[in-house]
Amino acid sequence: MTDDPIDLGELGLDAGGAVLLRLGLAERPVGAAVPIAGSAGDFAVHLRAFARAEGHGFAETPADQRLAGPRAPSGALVVATLTRGDAAPSRWRGAERAGAATADGAVDHPKASWGLAARGAMVEAGAPAFRFALADRDEVWADDAGALYREAAAAQWDPGAAIPWDAPRPHPAFVEDALVQVLTYLIENETAALVVPARFCAQVHPHFREVMQLLAIQAADEARHIEVFTRRALLGRKELGLSTGGGQRSLQTLVDEPDFALASFLLSVLGEGSFLHLLGFLHVHAPDRCTAEIMRLAARDEARHVAFGMAHLKRHAAHDPTLLGRLRLAIERRHDALRHTAGLNAEVFDALVVLAAGELSPAAIARGHAAVADLQRQMDTGRQARLRRLGFPAEEARDLSALHTRNFM
Amino acid sequence: MTDTLLLGAVAYDPKVVTIWDGFQRWFAARGLPFDYVLYTNYERQVEQHFAGAFHVAWNSPLAWLQAQRVAKARGRDCRAVAMRDTDQDLTSVVVVRADAPIRSVADLRGKRLGVGAGDSPQATMIPLQQLAEHGLVGGRDCEVRRFDVLVGKHGDHVGGERDAAKALMRGEVDAACMIDGNHLLFAQEGTLPRGQTRVLLQTGAYDHCNFTVLDGAPTALMQRFTDLLFGMRYDDPEVRPLLDLEGLKAWRPGRTSGYALLERGCEQFGWLQPFLQHMAAG
Ligand SMILES: [Fe+2]
Ligand SMILES: [Fe+2]
Repeated sequence: MTDDPIDLGELGLDAGGAVLLRLGLAERPVGAAVPIAGSAGDFAVHLRAFARAEGHGFAETPADQRLAGPRAPSGALVVATLTRGDAAPSRWRGAERAGAATADGAVDHPKASWGLAARGAMVEAGAPAFRFALADRDEVWADDAGALYREAAAAQWDPGAAIPWDAPRPHPAFVEDALVQVLTYLIENETAALVVPARFCAQVHPHFREVMQLLAIQAADEARHIEVFTRRALLGRKELGLSTGGGQRSLQTLVDEPDFALASFLLSVLGEGSFLHLLGFLHVHAPDRCTAEIMRLAARDEARHVAFGMAHLKRHAAHDPTLLGRLRLAIERRHDALRHTAGLNAEVFDALVVLAAGELSPAAIARGHAAVADLQRQMDTGRQARLRRLGFPAEEARDLSALHTRNFM
Repeated sequence: MTDTLLLGAVAYDPKVVTIWDGFQRWFAARGLPFDYVLYTNYERQVEQHFAGAFHVAWNSPLAWLQAQRVAKARGRDCRAVAMRDTDQDLTSVVVVRADAPIRSVADLRGKRLGVGAGDSPQATMIPLQQLAEHGLVGGRDCEVRRFDVLVGKHGDHVGGERDAAKALMRGEVDAACMIDGNHLLFAQEGTLPRGQTRVLLQTGAYDHCNFTVLDGAPTALMQRFTDLLFGMRYDDPEVRPLLDLEGLKAWRPGRTSGYALLERGCEQFGWLQPFLQHMAAG
């Protein structure tokens, strides 16, 4: 350890000198006498105030003795000697590291007092406790959450640049009417798909940062979907279509589900999973290139949402043998709640048929009707496959898929 | 009441409630029943201390002198039992604009001097006392402009000093008085642009607040109180936020050697007289 002065030269404590002084003092042991040299205006006045505020002893070198003392390399004289106090190290006594910043650095039960601190940061003892409802790793974690987030961040698209808004729209008015009705329905569903992850995003302990980030970007995806569906609808019409009570009641059971696992099961695995097929159908039967491109890009985003729901629920089910039973009950409860509602509203069903038909001749409508029936079969097949991947036996998967809301989401 | 130690403090800022509520919880968890009474001004607090309304006062330096003088007149014993580490060895400074042709105290003759609240030891009384020792009597040899923020609170509120500093930069006064630490603070925050002011005079060192007790305070409770105070450590995460709010790292035993400058100023300018007369102690 050195007895050399800390030399601030002409730098004043009001101009950053306090930073150098703190760094210099941190290198000296507690209790050490540390001469301080400096020639800035009012340096001794400020040094006295600094020492008092930071808990260091202060002894000013009388002005008439300074010249006789040592001269620092800058040429400045020693104006005072500080005795290093222990406030700075005391503040960090009992501090602890909040897990590790690395991908595998999350702990099973992060402390409430780690709060908003970066994972891997050193957290001061006595920091306030935050209430994050989702604070157990098994409830939220997916091993590939980090990779999914990076993929999502790389796949963000700009509606202004990615969509050919000026593409020709040669189709008849009744097709445009049908499209606007379907878009109105989609916007309503996308809104549910935004609100649900946004709420859980604020409940996840930020220690699980990859999950929090993924839910945030998922909400941003849905915001973009709402944007492009609305913008496409307004290209050909001044007003949007119909919103039914039955449709909203179905979505309300989603929005009201307070349990993260159950909500993401109903939303991502069953709802967004079904929507993947619906967006594929709309891509194929889109009456114009603009609509086709919107559906393609939205479906690409939805695939990630489904992938995350599957990943964390699979992991959760592996750690918690009661989960599958609770998921089954959730479908059944929702089915009971919606038993007396209309399911998919006739306006949306008819619009899908007309879109697939493209014209109003009986033969065309028959083709359109068959295409929608085929869509519903595909949705069912997809739901069953995902249910089986979560661990449901084939027969149960078939029964549960059949109970899924007829509103699709 | 004597099973609970009662403290009197002046509410110069809303944080005073946070501080004493926090200490109350901390004391209670360590077996000291503790409560506090807040006053809006130190004069009322000193008066009520002698009326027996509470046991121990958190006193400004001026309130300490007021209590000490009343005690003397009434034959009571008055002691300073503890203070913050940051209450010791403060200095105040008289600051001028760097380019002003004011090189010595004598150059302030006929000029305008900005001070804090009229009852602020640090921003008004001690600087006026020190200037007088250098031959410049405020009000006679120079004009004194007071920046009164919250009179009765003995300058605990920094507002008066900041207003005086701003007036200095606007050219409305030729010199301004403030604590050394506030000169650094105002320079850091830009109220006093860096390099544009100069310290003309630094006062001698003085002490600030203390916990004051009168004879007859409950001995065992007071002992427990000071034991707990001196046992507070900055590495205790429970008490550290309170120490940060109250602006200290450690409590020190009280000392009264640091009030000499203020006492001399009070004798010279008669600042204590109105209060002592009110208390029939003058
Ligand atoms: Fe979406
Ligand atoms: Fe989605």
